[in-house]
Formats: sequence, C-alpha cells, structure tokens
Amino acid sequence: MGYPYSHPSEVPILSKHFGDPEARTLDGWRARGGYEALEKALNMSPEEVVDTVKESGLRGRGGAGFPTGLKWSFMPKTKDKPHYLLCNADESEPGTFKDRELMRWVPHQLIEGCLIGAYAMGAEHVYIYCRGEFFEATQVLAKAVEDAYEAGIIGEDILGSGKKIDLTVHAGAGAYICGEETGLMNSLEGDRGEPRVKPPFPAAVGAFGMPTTINNVETLCAIPHIVANGGEWYRQWGSEKSPGTKLFCVSGHVKRPGNYELPLGFPLKDLIFDVCGGMIEDRALKAVIPGGSSVPLLSAEEAEGCSLCYEGVVEAGSMLGCASVIVMDETTDIVRQVTRMASFYAHESCGQCTPCREGTAWVTTILKRIEDGRGTEDDLDTLVEVTDQMTGTTICVLSDSVAAPVQSSIKKFRDEYLALIRRGERVGAA
Amino acid sequence: MTEKKTAVTGPPLEAGPIDMVTLTIDEQEVTVPRGTTLLQAAQGAGTEVPHYCYHPGLSSPAMCRMCLVEVEGAPKLLPSCTTTVADGQVVRTESDDATRMRRGVLEFYLLNHPLDCPICDQSGECDLQDFVFAEGREHGRGRDAKRVLGRDDFGGDVLFYGDRCVMCTRCVRFMNEVEENPLLTVVDRGNRSVIDTFFDEGLEQAEWGGNVVDICPVGALVSKDFLYKARAWDLEHTASVCPNCSQGCNIDLHTRDNLVHRIKPRTNPDVNGHWICDYGRATYEWLNRGDRLEAPVVRAGGRNTAMGWTASLEALKGRIDALADGLGKGSVKAVVSPFWSNEDLGAVARLIETLGGGSIVFRSPRADAEVALKGFEGLARRKDLTPNARGAELLGYERVGDDAGQGGLDELADHDGVVLVLGDALDDLPEGTAKNAALVVYFGAYTSLALISADFQFPITTFAEQEGTFTNLDGRVQRFWPALSAPGAARPAWLVLGALSGALRDEAGPSRADQAFALVAQAVESYEGMDYETIGAEGVQSNASAPVRGD
Repeated sequence: MGYPYSHPSEVPILSKHFGDPEARTLDGWRARGGYEALEKALNMSPEEVVDTVKESGLRGRGGAGFPTGLKWSFMPKTKDKPHYLLCNADESEPGTFKDRELMRWVPHQLIEGCLIGAYAMGAEHVYIYCRGEFFEATQVLAKAVEDAYEAGIIGEDILGSGKKIDLTVHAGAGAYICGEETGLMNSLEGDRGEPRVKPPFPAAVGAFGMPTTINNVETLCAIPHIVANGGEWYRQWGSEKSPGTKLFCVSGHVKRPGNYELPLGFPLKDLIFDVCGGMIEDRALKAVIPGGSSVPLLSAEEAEGCSLCYEGVVEAGSMLGCASVIVMDETTDIVRQVTRMASFYAHESCGQCTPCREGTAWVTTILKRIEDGRGTEDDLDTLVEVTDQMTGTTICVLSDSVAAPVQSSIKKFRDEYLALIRRGERVGAA
Repeated sequence: MTEKKTAVTGPPLEAGPIDMVTLTIDEQEVTVPRGTTLLQAAQGAGTEVPHYCYHPGLSSPAMCRMCLVEVEGAPKLLPSCTTTVADGQVVRTESDDATRMRRGVLEFYLLNHPLDCPICDQSGECDLQDFVFAEGREHGRGRDAKRVLGRDDFGGDVLFYGDRCVMCTRCVRFMNEVEENPLLTVVDRGNRSVIDTFFDEGLEQAEWGGNVVDICPVGALVSKDFLYKARAWDLEHTASVCPNCSQGCNIDLHTRDNLVHRIKPRTNPDVNGHWICDYGRATYEWLNRGDRLEAPVVRAGGRNTAMGWTASLEALKGRIDALADGLGKGSVKAVVSPFWSNEDLGAVARLIETLGGGSIVFRSPRADAEVALKGFEGLARRKDLTPNARGAELLGYERVGDDAGQGGLDELADHDGVVLVLGDALDDLPEGTAKNAALVVYFGAYTSLALISADFQFPITTFAEQEGTFTNLDGRVQRFWPALSAPGAARPAWLVLGALSGALRDEAGPSRADQAFALVAQAVESYEGMDYETIGAEGVQSNASAPVRGD
C-alpha cells in the first residue's frame, strides 16, 4: 500500500491494510475476509481456540513476550464469577507507535481478535483501554465498535451464535503507568493508576476483582489470522522460540522511519540499512535501542549481529520489548538522550514505591547536573549503585526501566560521560 | 458479649483446626498459622522487620519497600508484609541483599528530608530516625537542592509537614478504610506526590482524625495541641483507660512534670484496636485541674479547719458513733460519680452497709448520639461520657439526673440522715446543699461550693493518680495505673473509705488496690473469680449481661 513506506522484505499480515481507508469500515473489512475467523472460532470449542493459539507460539507483543496461549489457559475453567478480557491499548512506551496504527487503520481486526479471545476465555466483557492522547484512534475504534454492535457482531447474540459478549472502549487520561497491566486495571476501575502487588495475579483477581486476562493490541490483532489459518501456518515465520511476524516501529536517524511488519529474527542491521534505507546523511551508527526506551541500549558493534527475535536481542545484551527501534547516529549526545529518558520516567513514576519515586527523580537530577557540566566522577558510581537499588525492588518494572538505559549507557559510553565531567565537552553539540 | 474483632490484616479466622506452617526465619524455626505474613511471623519470633507502610490495623500496599526480605528460591527480594508463609520456607531478614536494600531505601528517604529532628515533635519516637540510626549510611550522597513543601493545616488537631513525609499513605488508608470518611488523598504522582485534603474539607470533619498522627511513622503529621510541648523522651507513659466515655478505650497517659500532656491509644484488639476518638484524645485538661482539695477539712463551730488524716477520721468516727442510735435503716443517702473506680465506688457500698444501709445514686453526663468508628466493629464514642457508669450499675447504684449529669437530687434538701458524696462536686446545686442533714461528708478531688459547709471534706485522688479498675459498657473490667502523683494529702477513696469502714467494724481495711478490688469482686456477682492478675493489662470480660447497644 505504500504506507508511508514499504519494503519487499515485509510480510504484511496485521498491517496489510494500513493506508486503506476502506478497511476501516465494517463492509470494507468484511470484503477483505473480516470476521470469518470469528465465525470459525465460534464453531470451535473454546479449548480448541486456546490450543490453536498455543500451537502458534504467539508471544505477547506488549513487551514481556509471555506466551499468549499459556496466559489464556490460566483463566479459571469453572465460571462462578464474571471473566474479563482487557485489551491494553495504552501504548505509551517512548518509541512505540504500532498499536495506534492498528487501531487507526484496521479497528475491526482488533475487535475480531478481542471477541475470539473473549470467547476462548469465557469472558463476557471486553474493555479496550486506549491511551488518553489517542484521540483519533479512539474515535475510529469507537465508531467501529458501534457499527459492529449494530451488525450483531458484538452484543447479545454474536453472529447468531447465542454467545453474549460486550465490548467497551475506555479512554485513559494520559499516564504511562496505566500501560502496566494492574495500573491499567486500577485506572479502569476509577482509582489512581497504581500497579498492584502480585500475587494475586490478574487471572485470579483482576479487573473489578474478577478473573482477567490482559493482552496487547498487536497480540489480539494476530489472533484472527492464527485462528483462520492455524497455528502451524503462523510458525512459517520467525524462529522456534519467537514465531510469527512483528511490527517494528523504527524511529531516529534513519532515512525511512516507520512501521514495518517483518518476520521475527530479522537482522537488525538489515532493518536499519536496507528496510529503512540507511542512516540519515549516511552518518555512522552509534547506538540502537531495540525495544523501546526501557531496555538497555546496544552499541553499534552489538547491533551488528543482532537478530530481532526475543532470544536474539537478549543474546546481544538487550531486550526486544515491543520492538520499538530507536536508531541513533554519531551526532547523538548519549548523555542528553539518557537524561531525557530518565526525566520521562521520573515524570511518569506513580510514586508508590520508594526506590522508584525517589530514585527516578534523583537519577534525573544527577544526570542533568552532569549534562550541565557540573558532574563528578563519583556521580557515575552513585548512578550505577542507585539504579542497582531500583532494579527488582519495586511493585512494577518502571524503575527497572530507568536503570536499563542509565546502566547500559554508562557501561558502553562512559567516555562521553567522562568528557562532559572532565572538560565539559559535549558530543555532537551543534 | 460483643463480637470478637479481628485486625484488618492477619491470618483468616476460619472455623476448624488451624493449619500450621513451619518455616525458618534468620536460622530460627517458627511455627505459625497458614496465612500469616512473613512480617508477622518474624515479629512472633522476636525479629522486627523495619517497615513504614505496613500497619497491623490497615491494608498492606507493600509500597515503602523497606520490609523486603530474602526468601530462598525467590528470584528477588519479597515484601514481608504481604508475602504469606509457606512450609519449609527459609527467610533471611539480615542477608546482604536485604540489608543493602534497606540502606538504599533509607538513603532515598533522606534525599528530600529536612533532617530537622531538633525541632520535630516526632523526634525520639520516629521510625525514620530509628532505622537510619540503626542501618543508614554514615553520609548521604545527595548533593542537590532538596524539595521544599512546607507545612499545611489539615484541620482538626492535625498539622502536616510535607517535607518530613515518607509517603507511606497510612493516613490516607486510615481515613478510607477505618474511619471510612476519605478526607485525605495523594495528590500528583512520582516524587511530586503529596498527601493533601480535598480543598477546604479538612480533618475538622473527622471524628477519629487524630489517629493519623499516631500512625504517621515520621513527623509529617503532628498534633497541634501537643506541638512543641514536650520531647518524646521526657514523657512518662502510663497504661490507663480513657475516662471520657464508657467504651473504655485502652490508652497511655503521657506525663511530664506531673501534668498529662497527651493521651495516646494503647493497642487492645478486643476494645479499641489501635484507635481512640478525637473527643477522648482532646479531653484531658481536667486531669490537670488546679482547684484540688489537698487536706481533710473539718467544719466545727461554723468554721472549716484543715486537719491531718488521723485526726479528721477520728473526728468523723466520733460523729458517727454519736449518731449511731439515731441512724435508722436506710438513713444514708449517697451520691457517687462514675468518674471513680470500682474500688472507690464499691467502698461506698461497704461503708453504707456498715452504717445500716441507705440509697446510692449516680449521675452521668450523656451525649445525644454515639460516634461509631465504621471500620472497626464495636468501637464508638459512647453516649455515657463517664468511664464507669456500667460499674456503678453493676454495683446496684441507681442512675438519676439528666443528660447533662445534673438534677435528680431533690431528696437531699429535706434529708435529715447522713449525706455522703463521692467525687461528684454537685456543681448544679447551691451553696449549703443538704443543710437539714444530720451529717454531710464529701469525699472529693475538687473544691465544691455546694458542699463548702459539709461537716467533713476529704481529699481523694482522681483515677490518674491511683490504681484501680473501670467497667466499660460491655461489662469488661480494665485496670489503670497511677500516672500522676496525688496533690497534697489526697488519698484514693477506697483507702479512706476502707479505713473508715474498718474502724467502724473493728477490722483492718484494704491497704492495696487489689485488696479493695477483692472486696468488690465478693460483692458483685458479675465479677466472681476476678482479680488483678487475671484482669492484667488488657482487661477481662465479666459475665455481666450486655447492655442494649446504643443505650
């Protein structure tokens, strides 16, 4: 479709209709084979649907990469209270912009995925929690839901199957932490967006205190295709541990930034230099953040052989996260970038846990001081030790998220910090 | 009997045998009921895991991250306040990781803390001060400017010092979960988050808001009434029972220089949990009253003369002996105050029995309505605003007068027998009350205009100056201990009355409070078999039938 760029290496499944306004409408979606997978799923038993998803090896696209089928199977089989499916559309990780596009261009794909998921888990209500800033995406999605209700696809008797599933689109108020699954639940219930202590896990006590499963938009969008074509079909792409395709959100110093749907395991080098057309003005690559701002950054050497699948990025020293690739060239001031990220997390910390509430702000203060040329070499040790104490010590992983870029940048780009501290020299400063 | 109360957290009290779990905490084997948290299990084993957000009377949000402990097999440190015990668990509260973590959390707290201990009311009883002293870093690494929030009036008796706050949210949770009157909240997020009230709706609208001062682990919430009055380490704490209503909340009287400076709740899960009401907390000034009777006063020839105890009691005995022939059955009319203990009130009955009998009445001021603490069943500021009205009732005394604790004593005017008054200063009656009586004796703590021309005035101690027991609304008998020294020659009423009865009966009166209680326990069926040892510090339920709730 050429939205806005495409490349022959792409395998457009989820993103096939990006840029095609007709695919947004119910008729347009049906004309493109929409809701056939739902019909097929309704003729299967819920267990068969879960098994199909398990077979496909689909892993959660929200960042953690937890196997979706396994997650679904945690839901209680007996139903003595309501079950809920939540769709996490609070896409707020810096560098990520795939869910927004999925909702803008193919809202019915998401609705179909939600309904299949709800059917498989016996959930009577689906909530799609949209990021507060996604005005357009929320409107498009709300319209699609309205149309689907009218057509009898959602509601009392979905596609004449006798099944009742409701779907609500809920707009958040714009907080990063509401993308954390239990923070999202609190926010949905009308409380402060503060992550909950686990256990209990959502499958036991989730939204409104009921068994709940929460999936990312992209995960649920893959479901109709897997149900329609089978689990084995999905495995033709990707690796053994990371099957299927994935939307890569590439931003930063490349010639053609954007969303690219590629098989997992795609070489990072090719993504940057082939798919995205290479570096702007052909400058040298300095660092890559492969999975959104909360993962360790990779140096150019580490990026060289990195394969973009869950296990491949871990091998290279980072994490795939939600596959938000932020590319930085030689002109990038790493200290400024890391300071920018840290201040984002300090701003977004919910403030419950002491290490995160105080730590994110302290780390930001120290980084800003270094950036201003008033740092000391001791500050680097303090940063490493403080971020160490912010790792694995809090309710959610927000504070780990600030530790990753800080620690990895000090390890890999210590010279840049030292240059600023010793001589006030800034890399790439205009 | 009231229903058994349970703390918000803690092992579920289910029917059937309790399932026990054995685990190891710091090399020590512990066996506790399943469902117990690691923190509680450690407490039972004598190990206090440092914590801020956890409070036994509130839910546990596990957010201060101070109580993290190492559990063998767990990939990371676990919050001991929410992690429950499992068989064979090996827990280390002092492992390198746990200790390092606590040091880190303490450093985070001190980043923006003003370190104003020298002028902070909490100093000396502050968890931040204590834990930093025990485990904190010698030097902080914070080099940057601190955040300054200043102070805010939260209404009621509560003042908020934002800079000292550790954001444990105990206060917010107390208002939400226990008072069920959400007047406090967290505003903003991250390190900009701060505790606040909703616009102008502050804690003046709360009835139990003072408890947030008690549960604040640091000096962020302090009492306006107590502000700068005393250093914590100068205060003596004496276990007592709140004298301001018939609920009988367990309290500590905090005293210095023979003055009560504040009332703090003393934990008793069966009566008041960790809480007391604002009314009870604030109503202590009367314990520091200055207009005390300090010496026995004998009236002779129209003049009041101060005398010593021996001479005055002998003079009284002489008057009684002289009257003895004229004392008919029921000729004594006594008025007692339910602010006095069972021992004191019981001694009145014993004396009157010695004198040939009579009537005993009491007056108790009453509030219009109870003020219940919604989140803690069975706890309320009761209608009776005296601590021992139930004790007086169980002794068989008759309640008279109105809800202001006045009136009902018209009979005294014409009575020509003996009039005996204990405690009640008869403030509503004119000078020269009971002028037709053959003998008027006042055992009182405060000077009384109505009884200024009584034949005898004996100075007695208040509950705060003596040992004794009160019986609360539910019939629970609870002990208190002397917190203040008695003014002048004042003595406990049970001692004076007992000596008098003893002299009249030709036997020794009680010389200790427990002996005085034993005499009461003999006389009152509901107290059968009770003594000071069994009552202990937390009190014992008597077999008195429960009163009608809300009465």
